[in-house]
Amino acid sequence: MAQVKRPLSPHLQVYRWGWHMAASIINRATGVALAFGSVLLTWWLVAMATGHDYFDQVQGYAGSIIGRLVLFGITFALMQHLAGGIRHLFMDAGKLYELKANTSSARLTFVFSIVMTIVIWVAAYKVMGVM
Amino acid sequence: MTDMKTPLAKVHGLGSAKDGTHHWWVQRLTALANIPLVIFMVVSFVGNAGKGHAEWVAWLKQPLVSVLVILFVANFVYHMRLGLQVVVEDYVHDKGTKVATMVLITFACVLIAALSIFSVLRIAFGG
Repeated sequence: MAQVKRPLSPHLQVYRWGWHMAASIINRATGVALAFGSVLLTWWLVAMATGHDYFDQVQGYAGSIIGRLVLFGITFALMQHLAGGIRHLFMDAGKLYELKANTSSARLTFVFSIVMTIVIWVAAYKVMGVM
Repeated sequence: MTDMKTPLAKVHGLGSAKDGTHHWWVQRLTALANIPLVIFMVVSFVGNAGKGHAEWVAWLKQPLVSVLVILFVANFVYHMRLGLQVVVEDYVHDKGTKVATMVLITFACVLIAALSIFSVLRIAFGG
């Protein structure tokens, strides 16, 4: 019998995109992105323990344009993974499986992460006295 | 009575190792614990935005802050190790590559936790 080449999981290329699918994939992607972010957090803590001069240097990298872009991305990834994670905890408890609730909660995770990312950055700039 | 079963069949008859849901459960447990810890970290980063070395050290030296940062690191590293394992299991199909990747990820996770926690302790105990 001839072997049929069926598409393998996670079927990204065969299904039509929907909010629930996007939320699921983004949750995994942001999780992996945050793993790289954790290296930066470690670097920052090591720099703080190393001393004043090296800490200032690392803070300088963080405050550069590229540094800010990376931190902005990490903020979004963290908020999206947080919202997506909470949604998954509800699903683990057997909730949000009805199509409507599933889709709207998936959409809500994106609303949450975008709003929270902006709120966090505006608040940080206000604390710094830049805004 | 002579046992006619093959060694493989005998193992199959023993049932599960009774830890089938452990990975799943701990991933949820660490996810739950991460919620307040992440909120604490974000509030701290915003509240201390733009501060210099002395102020950050003074912040981290507070006993409760030291403990919370250590708990955050330990908890998220465990969560990260479990999450990355699932990703590797889904996408890496060659057994040798899979085992090698997981060994590397585990070592990296332990290194991240050790460096971070040691740094916090060094500051907390006035290094």
